[in-house]
Amino acid sequence: MLTLKQKRSLQSLLVGCAAWLIAGLIFFPIFWMVLTSFKTELAAFATPPQFIFTPTLENYLHINDRSDYFSYAWNSVLISFAATALCMLVAVPAAYSMAFFETKRTKGTLLWMLSTKMLPPVGVLMPIYLICKSLGMLDSRLALIVIYTLINLPIVIWMVYTYFKDIPVDILEAARLDGATTLQEISRVLLPIARGGLASTMLLSLILCWNEAFWSLNLTSSAAAPLTALVASYSSPEGLFWAKLSAVSTLACAPILILGWISQKQLVRGLSFGAVK
Amino acid sequence: MNKLSLALAATACLALPGLTLAAETLTIATVNNSDMIRMQRLSKTFEAEHPDIKLKWVVLEENVLRQRLTTDIATQGGQFDVLTIGMYEASLWGAKGWLEPMTDLSAEYDAEDIFPSVRDGLSVKGQLYALPFYAESSITYYRTDLFKDAGLKMPEHPTWTQMANFAAKLHAPDKDQYGICLRGKAGWGENMALISTVANAFGARWFDENWKPEFTGSEWTSALNFYVDTLSKYGPPGASSNGFNENLALFNSGKCAMWVDASVAGSFVTDKSQSKVADHVGFTFAPIQATSKGSSWLYSWALAIPTSSKEKDAAKTFSMWATSKAYSELVAKTDGIANVPPGTRASTYTDAYMAAAPFAKVTLESLKSIDPNKPTLKPVPYVGVQLVTIPEFQAIGTQVGKQFAAALTGGMSVQQALQGAQTATERQMKRAGYLK
Amino acid sequence: MTTSALDTSPPATQTKSRKRGLKIGWFLVSPSVLLLLLWMVVPLAMTLYFSTIRYNLLYPDEESFVGLENFEYFLTDPGFMPGALNTLTLVGSVLLISVVFGVLISALLEACEFWGRGIVRVMLISPFFIMPTVSALLWKNLIFHPVSGILAAVWKFFGAQPVDWLAQHPLFSIIMIVSWQWLPFAILLLMTAMQSLDQEQKEAARLEGAGPIAIFWHLTLPHLARPIAVVVMIETIFLLSIFAEIFTTTSGGPGFESTNLAYLIYNQALLQFDVGMASAGGLIAVVIANIAALVLIRLIGKSLTDKQ
Repeated sequence: MLTLKQKRSLQSLLVGCAAWLIAGLIFFPIFWMVLTSFKTELAAFATPPQFIFTPTLENYLHINDRSDYFSYAWNSVLISFAATALCMLVAVPAAYSMAFFETKRTKGTLLWMLSTKMLPPVGVLMPIYLICKSLGMLDSRLALIVIYTLINLPIVIWMVYTYFKDIPVDILEAARLDGATTLQEISRVLLPIARGGLASTMLLSLILCWNEAFWSLNLTSSAAAPLTALVASYSSPEGLFWAKLSAVSTLACAPILILGWISQKQLVRGLSFGAVK
Repeated sequence: MNKLSLALAATACLALPGLTLAAETLTIATVNNSDMIRMQRLSKTFEAEHPDIKLKWVVLEENVLRQRLTTDIATQGGQFDVLTIGMYEASLWGAKGWLEPMTDLSAEYDAEDIFPSVRDGLSVKGQLYALPFYAESSITYYRTDLFKDAGLKMPEHPTWTQMANFAAKLHAPDKDQYGICLRGKAGWGENMALISTVANAFGARWFDENWKPEFTGSEWTSALNFYVDTLSKYGPPGASSNGFNENLALFNSGKCAMWVDASVAGSFVTDKSQSKVADHVGFTFAPIQATSKGSSWLYSWALAIPTSSKEKDAAKTFSMWATSKAYSELVAKTDGIANVPPGTRASTYTDAYMAAAPFAKVTLESLKSIDPNKPTLKPVPYVGVQLVTIPEFQAIGTQVGKQFAAALTGGMSVQQALQGAQTATERQMKRAGYLK
Repeated sequence: MTTSALDTSPPATQTKSRKRGLKIGWFLVSPSVLLLLLWMVVPLAMTLYFSTIRYNLLYPDEESFVGLENFEYFLTDPGFMPGALNTLTLVGSVLLISVVFGVLISALLEACEFWGRGIVRVMLISPFFIMPTVSALLWKNLIFHPVSGILAAVWKFFGAQPVDWLAQHPLFSIIMIVSWQWLPFAILLLMTAMQSLDQEQKEAARLEGAGPIAIFWHLTLPHLARPIAVVVMIETIFLLSIFAEIFTTTSGGPGFESTNLAYLIYNQALLQFDVGMASAGGLIAVVIANIAALVLIRLIGKSLTDKQ
């Protein structure tokens, strides 16, 4: 017979093994991508796949030689952060009033907002392209910022809304009775309480902007092109390219992956949509 | 307010790039093929020679590039100053007046040096609309070592039946060696390019004189049956997702005994840094069958200038530089003579080049023998060997390509695929008003 | 705003602040509503207009009014029925996979403390940060490739003939790739939800003799109802317009086996440059998406908007 303590540690061992196995399987493609990026093109295509090889930096050097990684990365950073900031600026007041001054139409409005996300982007490419063209906003960061703000707005409003819903109305009432204006009420009372939720909302918005590949490919050419466009420029139907593609993908995903790792706890809180108490 | 200041800072950053545009900036859209990547690398020389012109590159995969360019040029978006396009676009867009005519080319440029078949393919009514960067036909690559070991001899003009026999003898999947590699990935520029030349060799044509598609005819039936049968018996696994690139990778790693594809691969398969079989590659003409007409395709990547460009003069200067004899000399000097962009100019084919590039002779003679105006055995109302130069062709080729890829995977029978292709094509042609 | 009967604040202030609130409420919501309205209405109006004319980018000068012809051609396109069915299969399977495996994996993670739990958690959620195009390329070239992919090597190791995944099981392969991207999202959410489960309640149930399965079924699962609803809702929105993964891997083929509606529309818009028909397709997709949304809201909407 096992003692209770032995039983516990056995259970912990079994669960640990299973969890590590699953995590290994799910993480494997990313690991393999990074590994491939250090191979030569011939080694990348070798059968059976090689786990042990002499690592080379030639792919990264090639990329550095051919394209200006930092200009793409800078565009990605600028566009993602600006779109996220703009989105929050519009979303916070809207979510505030929806959460604390609910009317009959609030739920309908919320669901309607979500439904705007269901229009397939390809279907409206032409109209948007023509609009951008006539406003002179082709290949401009501003166009992408505005579009990203709009496509993420529904989800951001909804997240902030659910987060605000968790805040007791009494606190705001108290501030109001003390004679606080609406602006003060939001900036001094509401935002500090909801800080964690807002941060994670922003993080999700950042991820979505960073990874968006349809509009960024179709509306930019060079000046405003973000990392998704850089990745697209390394996929090719002519010539060997796997190792270079892996290298460029690693470079494109690394910043947001690291940001995600650092802030995963924050992200979790925001993603809960008020579902977790 | 933190966010506000962030937003303001971001807006300020957005306004900045507008101030730095002092020199003329050319935005060049090109495909991610190795010859173009080389051009991008060597363009530093151009920038040094022309300090007032700055180059910006948009490099994209072929399909994505084509979509981007079509969207931009049709809406007169003006995002690009130099476009990399094929013969199909050059003739359609030239006729539409979307491209700047290439007039007043300098004597030094020597436009007469360009092969007539290539020049015709890029012209509309005798007016050149794009300058050819490189041109290719399809040729046969085979492994001389494997042929020798098996006691086989590759004829100069093999027939498809002979090819199938060779493939059967050299097919050894347990050794990771496959008899024949051919394109199978769906797409009008992918599997349809090859299948069209097979069909042409079998005596088939896309349309009869009244624009009626002929897929259900006996020539197409035997051609597609042959293609599906050979490739599924003696081809590599996953043939239906192989395009040029995948086959090149397979061939270079020694997994294909034979491969019929673009002549531009010649310099890749003989390059020791990327090919394991560089010393054992033989080259010959693309296979024929009932006829040799249309058995090898003709394609050219060329540089063109959209009328919506704001820097037309600089764009022309660049296009001429990249397609000039001087550029070829530059490549020969920096990258070796075998890497000179092939197929466009008679002056490229010097003795030194022919000696350095074993595939040059076959390429040259294929290119000379092709006539896109009379591509098939039976008369046709269209121009083009592996494609039909009408705007609807992209749509038709894409749909037909899908059906044929499905036949290759066994998802449908050859008969069903041909019937499906016939219906889809008739539908498109009816919608476009060719058929009543 | 809830005003309970026991509220002690003077009624005058109450109504005053309420009035102010309502005014402010609409004032604050209006920018986002207006923006979204613009974002929806302007392109939608243009799409509506395009859908009734013959507008092909390759001959833009030949625009003419054609009534409902575009709709007719789109609905009778041989790819339409498979496309619609594939869309539903894709959304349904990915939802099923991410919910079922999401629950199981997060239950495993929360079952007990073990060595390296933090690292495991980070590894599990990583795919969520990868760009869709990158993950598609990754799977296509390095995992699924029938000659040099990892799976081919595994198959060969066991002496089996390698499977050409993308050609033989195209839709299944796409489902795998998409699930790989969205399962982490479900894990992330459900894991947090489980951490908040009342431990005392669980302990009490255990003392009463309930086995781990009974606890999971009667205690954990009901607790997860709302997070699951959130997962389903958010994922549906993104999954309905899955496009990059199909474009990069199978191009919708072979035949129409992996074509979904978004890809079909793309096919019309950017391969055939038939803007008229693509617009018609876009409108049809919106209608289908909204029907799906309505059904979803009927099914799970209550637990989304109402507080427990």
